[in-house]
Amino acid sequence: MKKFLGSLKQKVAAALLIVAALGVQTKVSAQDDKTILGAGSSFINPLFSKIFADYNQKTGIQVNYQSIGSGGGILQLTNKTVDFGASDGPLNDEQTAKIGVPALHIPQASGAVVVTYNLPGENNNISLTPGIIADIFLGNIKMWNDTKITSINKGVNIPALPILVVHRSDGSGTTAIFTNYLSKVSPDWKAKVGGGGSVNWPAGLGGKGSEGVSGLVKQTPGGIGYVELIYALQNKLDYAKIQNKKGKFIVPSIASVTAAGNVKLPDDAKIFITDTDAADGYPIAGFTWVLIYKEQNYNSRSSARAKELLKLLWWNIHDGQKFCEPLNYSPLSKEAVKVAEKILKSATYGGKAIL
Amino acid sequence: MKKATGSSGKIRTETLFRQSLIAIGVAMVILVAGILFTLILESIPSIKHLGLKYLWGTTWDPLNNVYGAAPFLLGTLLTSFLALIISIPFSFAIAIYLGEYNPKGWLSNFLKNIVELIAAVPSVIYGFWGLLVLVPLVRSLEMKLGVLPYGIGIFTASLVLAMMIIPYAASLGREMIRLVPAPLKEAAYSLGATRYEVIKNVILPYTKSGLFAGILLSLGRALGETMAVTMVIGNTSLIPTSIFAPGNTMASVIANEFTEADHTVYLSALIELGLVLFLVTVVINMIGKRIIKRFTNE
Repeated sequence: MKKFLGSLKQKVAAALLIVAALGVQTKVSAQDDKTILGAGSSFINPLFSKIFADYNQKTGIQVNYQSIGSGGGILQLTNKTVDFGASDGPLNDEQTAKIGVPALHIPQASGAVVVTYNLPGENNNISLTPGIIADIFLGNIKMWNDTKITSINKGVNIPALPILVVHRSDGSGTTAIFTNYLSKVSPDWKAKVGGGGSVNWPAGLGGKGSEGVSGLVKQTPGGIGYVELIYALQNKLDYAKIQNKKGKFIVPSIASVTAAGNVKLPDDAKIFITDTDAADGYPIAGFTWVLIYKEQNYNSRSSARAKELLKLLWWNIHDGQKFCEPLNYSPLSKEAVKVAEKILKSATYGGKAIL
Repeated sequence: MKKATGSSGKIRTETLFRQSLIAIGVAMVILVAGILFTLILESIPSIKHLGLKYLWGTTWDPLNNVYGAAPFLLGTLLTSFLALIISIPFSFAIAIYLGEYNPKGWLSNFLKNIVELIAAVPSVIYGFWGLLVLVPLVRSLEMKLGVLPYGIGIFTASLVLAMMIIPYAASLGREMIRLVPAPLKEAAYSLGATRYEVIKNVILPYTKSGLFAGILLSLGRALGETMAVTMVIGNTSLIPTSIFAPGNTMASVIANEFTEADHTVYLSALIELGLVLFLVTVVINMIGKRIIKRFTNE
């Protein structure tokens, strides 16, 4: 009996704890203007965690960001359950139609996709042209010692290995940037495959996530795949120099990715910056955007809340940028910050500019 | 903690107990019906767009909204049945050893716990083990056999699955074998039967419906397994040409593509894949039940 009472006490205590936790939960999700809610891209999550923690210390504003993937973030913004979504790709036509009202794309940082490979003895020595990459991923070039590859890699000892193509099996922003790039540089790719988060791959194997792709590439001599630059840097993978539009072979790096975004951008910043015109820019790069409603007066939100959101995003594209490099993200280029400022200034509350 | 006293209190407890059992039973039925209903409802855009072509189409192209489930249906059935064939000798051997040869004692207990532990390991761990340990082994085997040495594919996925499903048939089989009445076995021994003969002629015939139920349980697990499979199967949407070729399964496609499915028909096609998987499981279970019934009626 005593034992039973003891366990009952524990249960009651546990139940009370749960109730208390739920109470806290509802408080967070309620419309209190000290907490801003966001959801989306998992790629940007490490950067956002750092930026938002720092912002909280400085201003007392808390940002609750859920890293659920770009698609999920867009869905939550559409359902108006968050203040902002974050996405590695711009809204597509169907998503734009579902949101129904104008949404703003504000670039936050740049990311890049690198071509990683496994050639015994060759570390970061291989150079590739856009045409070669497209042909490899289309399955047209099947051997590493193909003359197309050897002719631009003079002095590099390329073995006669069969090429094993590895792509992402899960839908991802990484794939979207990579296939968007291939569609721009190869008419053949554009006609047969196209660009998107999941595509109908003409060749190769699928690995789940960056770790699945790099795992397969590392294990297979002759393997080639693509991963985010951050992942490649953190895991010390080999990656290729890639020829950009201006004909220069560019090593993917934080600087060359930032440079890729230093071009004339459209006013809505809704653009893949792949195959950049910048002479020193790495060609397979892209923005991660924060998405917000242009008209912030919806769902009876307060003007104070809208103002806090805009202030946060303004901070992200200025002071927040200093956290990019230590975490291997590429900060926005000057050109991109200018456009982002203009976009933020176009946000309104009840038709009046907020910033 | 007041004890129910008197007959009226007892009756009330009885009724309450019976009613709660019924309520829980009905809740389960509603749950399954709800799942089926939701799957059908959410599949409608895809069914409208593609019709029955969905089932035998072989192209899966989200960009052009063309979806064919045939490669994944084939991949699911191939990996599951291959895994079953590989696992049966092991699970039956374990069941017979622990049920008949060594039913008591610390060794028996130890082995029993180890087998059950296999079922408790999270599937992502099997996936990584498969990717990092099994794949290189399979690759060297493939080099010897002279097939394309991918290392990953239908065969590797089946091996990982086989390991994962061994405990289900083994545990159930062990329990069944221990339930064989001692007089039956003793009678056979007294007639001069050897141990092997007793197993072959008394134990296995007596337990076959139970053993088959164990197989069915394993198969259900294999059909739905996602994470471990997706890491070693190669994830291509081509029709597999041999058991060493890469492929994909329905569960794996859903897990891979669901989060970033960014337009209605795409999402709906993935849900329809879930519906097909649901129906395949139901059909296989029905066939299995038929076979069990046949066995027990003999």
